[in-house]
Amino acid sequence: MRFVDEYRNGDVARRVVEEIAGLVEPGRQYKLMEVCGGHTHTIYKHGVENVLPPEVDLIHGPGCPVCVIPMGRVDDAIAIAERPNVVFTTFGDMLRVPGGNGSLLEAKARGADVRLVYSPLDALRIARENPELDIVFFAIGFETTTPSTALTLLRARAEGIRNFFVFANHVTIIPAIRAILTSPDLRLDGFIGPGHVSTVIGTRPYRFIAAEWGKPLVVAGFEPLDVLQSAYMILRQLAEGRCEVENQYTRVVREGGNQRALEAIAETMELRTTFEWRGLGFISQSALKLRPEFADWDAELRYDVPGVRVADPKACQCGEVLKGVIKPWECKVFGTACTPERPIGTCMVSSEGACAAYYNYGRFSRRLETVS
Amino acid sequence: MNGREQEVLEAVERRRRRKPRLTDELITLAHGAGGKSSHVLVEALFLEELGNPLLSPLADAAVFTQGGSRLALTTDSYVVNPLFFPGGDIGELAVNGTVNDLAMMGARPLYLTAGFIIEEGFPTAELRRIAASMGTAARVAGVTVIAGDTKVVEREKGDGVYINTAGIGVLERELELSPTLVRPGDKILVSGTLGDHGMAVMVARGNLELEVELGSDTAPLAGLVAALLDATDGVRCLRDLTRGGLATVLNEIALAADVGIVIDESKLPVRPEVNGACEILGIDPLYVASEGKLMAIVATEAAAAAFAALASHELGIDTELVGEVRDEPPGLVLLETAFGGRRVVDMLVGDPLPRIC
Repeated sequence: MRFVDEYRNGDVARRVVEEIAGLVEPGRQYKLMEVCGGHTHTIYKHGVENVLPPEVDLIHGPGCPVCVIPMGRVDDAIAIAERPNVVFTTFGDMLRVPGGNGSLLEAKARGADVRLVYSPLDALRIARENPELDIVFFAIGFETTTPSTALTLLRARAEGIRNFFVFANHVTIIPAIRAILTSPDLRLDGFIGPGHVSTVIGTRPYRFIAAEWGKPLVVAGFEPLDVLQSAYMILRQLAEGRCEVENQYTRVVREGGNQRALEAIAETMELRTTFEWRGLGFISQSALKLRPEFADWDAELRYDVPGVRVADPKACQCGEVLKGVIKPWECKVFGTACTPERPIGTCMVSSEGACAAYYNYGRFSRRLETVS
Repeated sequence: MNGREQEVLEAVERRRRRKPRLTDELITLAHGAGGKSSHVLVEALFLEELGNPLLSPLADAAVFTQGGSRLALTTDSYVVNPLFFPGGDIGELAVNGTVNDLAMMGARPLYLTAGFIIEEGFPTAELRRIAASMGTAARVAGVTVIAGDTKVVEREKGDGVYINTAGIGVLERELELSPTLVRPGDKILVSGTLGDHGMAVMVARGNLELEVELGSDTAPLAGLVAALLDATDGVRCLRDLTRGGLATVLNEIALAADVGIVIDESKLPVRPEVNGACEILGIDPLYVASEGKLMAIVATEAAAAAFAALASHELGIDTELVGEVRDEPPGLVLLETAFGGRRVVDMLVGDPLPRIC
């Protein structure tokens, strides 16, 4: 594949790794957090961790959109899906996420009309084709997916489609990073910043991380060479005593972000005063709901959802994993009570979740490599 | 890696090998997807109730001796949606799929049965088209359909037409093919590009809005297998790469033979169009079905002859040597990424591609 394979080139990777090794201060261990779940997936899928020098540790952050949805919201989704006359549409990743009362996949097996879509526009099409049914879209994700929900809402209004509803669970990345920075049990040397979120919000919103917290952040693309190069850029900043927001993903990300996407979001959605994040608890002004002008398309207003807060299972340590305080394998239930086929926590569900990525891709002894 | 991490991984591995328990209260689509849930269903429900020495190896077909002949018997049901797709249709698939299950045991396919479950209101012309396509496929594969059954169910109680075929074949060679014969050092060959069928059906459903020319690779493989077995007696195990793809097949073999398997990403044959569609959908072609490709595990010394035999057959021109069997890590499949890293390739959880066969 042109324009993809170039960023997966093993020969170039070896040269970048040598450059990184050259920047390592003897005796120092570096902890870099990749905020975004897409990076976590890339890191495991291509085996980036095992080409990096052992002095560089990658800590997996809170940016997996599926992982941060609290159990109570999944229960709300199921309650909507199980109503008569409702077609509940969702991205595939959310199907297996356990709530307090099973998952959407189980609700589907019980008879709920749950359908997998790849885009909210697919849900809108179903609404157009089935005017007698209520079509609800389970809107999740960071600023990466929010614009597509916003544009779909604008189109629904423009076309006068009144049987399409959005169950909004969009979250914003900056409050999550702030929550990580204020977490007392974590010492980080720098951040690999989210690439696709930054295409929308640009690079300016990260400046406080360098200015107030003294941590470098490099916005990175999603191919393995992007991740390696951004690790190199962070270590170079540290070696040169600099602390800045840099952009590795210049082929996509602009400093000012995508103004039209931001306008579409602002036109359709507004900040919630607070929102619960799985494992991180309530974070103020960290999520979006529909504006009053879009009340007619708001699933939370259309349906009476339980809205009950469900505490995470006691054994689940998703919160500590999401904050990077523990590695997936350090969780008490990792791989035993909690597996991808029977997940307890969300981190084990999504392919972007740190636990699922580690379980599916990283679960082998690296000692073998030195032997073979 | 420190000692604690190693201990956790060993505990996970022990757990993975325990006999599975079926705890789901309802059947979900995941139970039909060929991944972990399918295995749990088969092992914890069907084998528990019906298990016996011929069924329990869960091979592509059961092999038994009757009246001095070694025979192979198999069955498969076809629920593909849509019924007609680029490169084939449900009828051709229903013949080739069952023929291939027999071929993977080294059998020469002889006879098929065909059972049709048809939904009220289904167009007769389409049913004729499917039956004609089965007839053509049977002639090409050298088999005869000698028994059949027809049922019609009420409207909305079916989905057009479902087909079940069973097949019987005869083993004319003194050979045994089984994952348990696989040994460290053996080589792994695949007879062509991965994932063509699965992606062709996905795209044919038309709800992805991908504009890409993909065709199913459905084909009968008995001739290819015969060419391979004529060329060498070093073949340990054959599998067709249907539901669950190469990744699932390799995992089954690694567990059955208690060996490690290492494959090389840069050697995996995948069409650029399939690769591109998979990349867009976030699907790994290692898990996507082919309907006209096989995987052969052969002894090291037989690898060259096996490669030549496959590659010189018209259904094996894209044959590649993709990996090898090792001692370590037992029960696991590892992928050397083109990037220079390494990762586990596990069985699939969940269901990205429902009803592709």
